[in-house]
Amino acid sequence: MLDILLHFAAILLLFLLLPLIVGQTEHKVMAHMQSRLGPMYAGGFHGWAQLIADGVKFAQKEDIIPAGADRRVFMIAPGVALVPYLVVLIVIPLDDGFVGVDLDVGLFFALAVMGVGVLGSIMAGWASANKFSVLGGMRSAAQLMSYELPLVLAASSVAMAAGTLSIPGIVEAWQWWWLPWQAIGAVVFFVAGLAELRRPPFDMPIAESEIIMGPMTEYTGMRFALFMLAEYVGIVVLSLLTTVLFLGGWQGPLLPGWLWTLVKVGALSFVVIWLRVSYPRLREDQLQRLAWVGLVPLALVQLALTGVVKVLSL
Amino acid sequence: MDGYFGSYLLVAVLLALGVGIVAVALTANRLLRPSRPTAEKLIAYECGVDPVGEGWAQSQIRYYVFIYLYVVFAVDAVFLFPWATVFAAPGFGMTTLVEMFVFLGFIALGIVYSWRKRVLTWT
Repeated sequence: MLDILLHFAAILLLFLLLPLIVGQTEHKVMAHMQSRLGPMYAGGFHGWAQLIADGVKFAQKEDIIPAGADRRVFMIAPGVALVPYLVVLIVIPLDDGFVGVDLDVGLFFALAVMGVGVLGSIMAGWASANKFSVLGGMRSAAQLMSYELPLVLAASSVAMAAGTLSIPGIVEAWQWWWLPWQAIGAVVFFVAGLAELRRPPFDMPIAESEIIMGPMTEYTGMRFALFMLAEYVGIVVLSLLTTVLFLGGWQGPLLPGWLWTLVKVGALSFVVIWLRVSYPRLREDQLQRLAWVGLVPLALVQLALTGVVKVLSL
Repeated sequence: MDGYFGSYLLVAVLLALGVGIVAVALTANRLLRPSRPTAEKLIAYECGVDPVGEGWAQSQIRYYVFIYLYVVFAVDAVFLFPWATVFAAPGFGMTTLVEMFVFLGFIALGIVYSWRKRVLTWT
């Protein structure tokens, strides 16, 4: 029982703290990459408390629901966007033997639950009674459809290599030479994951210069904050999944296992921020093209490579 | 808390916790926020100009074809998972590898077909 409580405490801590750290890092890293300072005032030292101040502000803001909106769907959409990312954390191991539950179909479960998060954005887009939001919601749906396939194919390549769908099992089977062997799959998985999170350069659904803020246009206050939190939890979950599937999770020399996991997650989160600053937004048709003409064939090549190496090395 | 139902019970508990977090956040917001709705405030924001017509406008969704493609390929991809865990088990080896290439061939053929039919591009 104590064991379970400890796991839940770790999951909640991860869920509530890491997104804030990633968000603050994004503020500062983006600022410095663009020759700005970023937040400097809140909390005194380099604006470290900026997101806490934001949270206090969000909690006090009036909650405006447009008169024409589909009220009930509008109200629960942020919850639908956020909660799946919390549930995914239960199958991801932080250290050897430290995992919420070791499901036999952990990888399958993680992919299935992650897909639910996008529903929140489709619901928000539809319920807002706003033409641009509907467009954004449709784009979210199309993006999920296109990028789910390379994501699933790349993930099943790892399952083939490890011979199991249990995520701790995959990390245990991981060897250093999987890095070059699964390299294509890792890139495909990470890029497709980014697209599912609707992060730049794949942020066509919220493209603010043409459809305002997409599905989130009509949201204010706490509900908007929940959407933002969902985005950053999404970054953490994607980095965690990439870490445990492709980068060996807790494995590494000298440092304790949980620290290795966090170091890898931190590095991947930094890459997510870096990509946002470096690349312009893809147009809707370019975005679909990248998935079908770029990532899916690459994922199929990875599957063939995994199969051949695995069977021949026996 | 062991066994099949035990582990999914834990998943359900975490799901309930998540719903609880959202509920607490929204309740805190309800207690702290002002509520002074006016008719103007409740108009949809859209792009900052007063909206014209209904909120749900008609538009051409060109990417509906991708949905068909996805459904076809996703059903295929689901078959990969049970196969992936056993394909290299003793007694399978070469046979399953050949089967895999047949499978990949079908998917690749489907993509090439839709590409030739110009489904993947629009002008």
